[in-house]
Amino acid sequence: MDLQKQTVNAGVPLAGKAKTAALLSVLSMGLGQIYNRQYAKGILFLTVQCIYIYYIVTSLAGNLVGLVTLGDTPTKLKKVGKLYKNVAGDHSIFMMIYGLVALLFIVILISLYVYNVRDAYRNGLVREQGKRTRSFLESYSHVTQNSFPVILLSLPMLGVMFFTVLPILFMVLMAFTNYSAPDHIPAKNLVDWVGFETFHNLFYLKQWASTFYGVLTWTIIWAVTATLTCYFGGIFVALLIQQKGIKMKSLWRSLFIIPYAIPQFISFLIMRNLLNYQFGPVNQYFRYFGLEGLPWLNDPFWAKVTVILVNMWVGIPVSMVLVLGILTTIPKDLYEAAEMDGASNLQKFRNITFPFILFSTAPILIMQFAGNINNFNVIYLLTKGLPANGDYAFAGSTDLLVTWLYKLTLDNQRYNFASAIGIIIFIIIAAFSLWNYRRSRSFKEEDMVQ
Amino acid sequence: MTSAGKVMKLTLSYILLTLIAVACLYPALWIIMSSFKVGDSLFSETLIPSELTLQHYRDLFLVHSDKQIPYATWYWNTLKVAVMSMLLGTLFQIMTAYAISRFRFAGRKTLMSTLLVLGMFPGFMSMIAVYIMLLQLNLLNTHFALILVYTAGSALHMFVAKGFFDTIPKSVEEAARMDGASHTTIFWRIVLPLSKPIITYIALTTFSGAWVDFIFAKLILRARENWTLAVGLFELVDSYSSTEFTLFAAGAVLAALPVAALFIYLQRFLVDGLTAGATKG
Repeated sequence: MDLQKQTVNAGVPLAGKAKTAALLSVLSMGLGQIYNRQYAKGILFLTVQCIYIYYIVTSLAGNLVGLVTLGDTPTKLKKVGKLYKNVAGDHSIFMMIYGLVALLFIVILISLYVYNVRDAYRNGLVREQGKRTRSFLESYSHVTQNSFPVILLSLPMLGVMFFTVLPILFMVLMAFTNYSAPDHIPAKNLVDWVGFETFHNLFYLKQWASTFYGVLTWTIIWAVTATLTCYFGGIFVALLIQQKGIKMKSLWRSLFIIPYAIPQFISFLIMRNLLNYQFGPVNQYFRYFGLEGLPWLNDPFWAKVTVILVNMWVGIPVSMVLVLGILTTIPKDLYEAAEMDGASNLQKFRNITFPFILFSTAPILIMQFAGNINNFNVIYLLTKGLPANGDYAFAGSTDLLVTWLYKLTLDNQRYNFASAIGIIIFIIIAAFSLWNYRRSRSFKEEDMVQ
Repeated sequence: MTSAGKVMKLTLSYILLTLIAVACLYPALWIIMSSFKVGDSLFSETLIPSELTLQHYRDLFLVHSDKQIPYATWYWNTLKVAVMSMLLGTLFQIMTAYAISRFRFAGRKTLMSTLLVLGMFPGFMSMIAVYIMLLQLNLLNTHFALILVYTAGSALHMFVAKGFFDTIPKSVEEAARMDGASHTTIFWRIVLPLSKPIITYIALTTFSGAWVDFIFAKLILRARENWTLAVGLFELVDSYSSTEFTLFAAGAVLAALPVAALFIYLQRFLVDGLTAGATKG
């Protein structure tokens, strides 16, 4: 092998092929491949480049300019002949989206270009060694064999790209514009870049700031309380079932899982009616016993208590199932040894059961916390964020950041504020989940089995 | 502990268990009973109504001139969207999980972290953009758009499946490769048949996910006859809450049945799913 390489390298005409091919490919995609006598591949690259050039000339450049200016001709009434007509101006938001798509295409083009140059260089090296480059069909089967994961991933990732990444980028951009009702809604008006003004208003402008801090505080109180009540509730119920001497364990388990089985959009709507102040059966029972009944969903304080209670109803079964599973994995001899030492039930729980449960569920606990920050269904379907709060801008007393964002978007068209809040939630959630994930066993030791 | 103390403790436990069971069952029982109740009000003297009727179930499927509740259409819409999303979403999710679990390629860990973070990102935060894109594609108010949105996001939830594929020994594949099997053959003929449990799990969760989604369904579907059950029932009880309550109850019972049945069947996968998602990755 080495000998062959030396003799080949000694031949002058063969040297420098890699560099030439790479340079040609820098000049134009596909030229290096054609020089390497990989005609089909080269023509393919050339075609892609031509399509790109056509696209750049016809629309891409304009789209990029649009992304910067966000349009400069507003929709106006113009005199056409004798009549005034509404002449459509620039639509800032469409310009923004087209601009973003253009940017994405450029990123794809750049990576294709880099790939094209590297491919030309590599095949040039192969030729310098005097070997034959792959034919198109060989390349094709090589790609399908070695790039199998890429093929598998391409379609799902395209979906993620267009329906998750692109919208997120779009949302991030929106937070830096004044895209909001009533004065900056296309197509009637233009939208402009305003930098950090939205964030500044959110943090410092009186009404926005008081809403933001109020809602943020409640979101965190809610997430902590909801997570802990469901977690400890689940442990309690699981231990209750698993006690020695309790009969029909699986029957209890099946009964307790029922709340989890009912779709949330139904159970919350049921609860909302059950807890109706005037007609709801819960208050009817209270009145039957001569009590006043509680303003479950009508009073700001009680509404908060209610969402936490109702959430326990939905959330405890999940924790219960989880803890039941973990309890079966705790080695029995630990308890036997503890009993030999005369440990009480409480001591056994504190020193054996609970650490075991906590160890196995810590990551889930963190994810549930993150999930609760975004628990849209329980709030929106149960209270819609109500009761109203006079001090808040577009938010009610039980609104979480997410439901506030939803209302700002759908009901009030304050897109810039909604986007800014979205970014803040995203930072919180992303920090938690990444931290959690990097610590998890799977990320560090995933090659254990195999 | 004395035997009297033990008996006390057990009795107390049974009382507690019974109370919890009542709390778990009551709302479900109440809605079922309400659906058989004569009349249409939320108010009821007793849990079990004195007179039972099937009229509300019949009403759901009858055509009314005074109110627009095309329940059968909503049901069919939901079923259509859920089944299509299940087929496509499961395929996408399995493809992603398989590629990430079984192959080592550049940028793999970055891709995993990215998917994880994106998966944590509540989908509806990006809904303005999705809305405008669908508007541009002329897809607003179609079920295809809903299926597209559910399917496009499915790769983000691949971690359970990835955890499962991680546990299939590499030797199985290597043996097949020695016999000259291609990647495609290995994927379709060897790995997928071995993965029936996880495919079932993903298919069923995807199905119920689409069945119960409220946020996107409400955003995308504008026309009443295009609504899914989640949107329809919400609007029903939101706008007619005091006058059409029993009708809502009947509608809710029928809407909950398939998903409740699925979940009871899925119970045994539940622990695996939850732990795999978090600890096994």
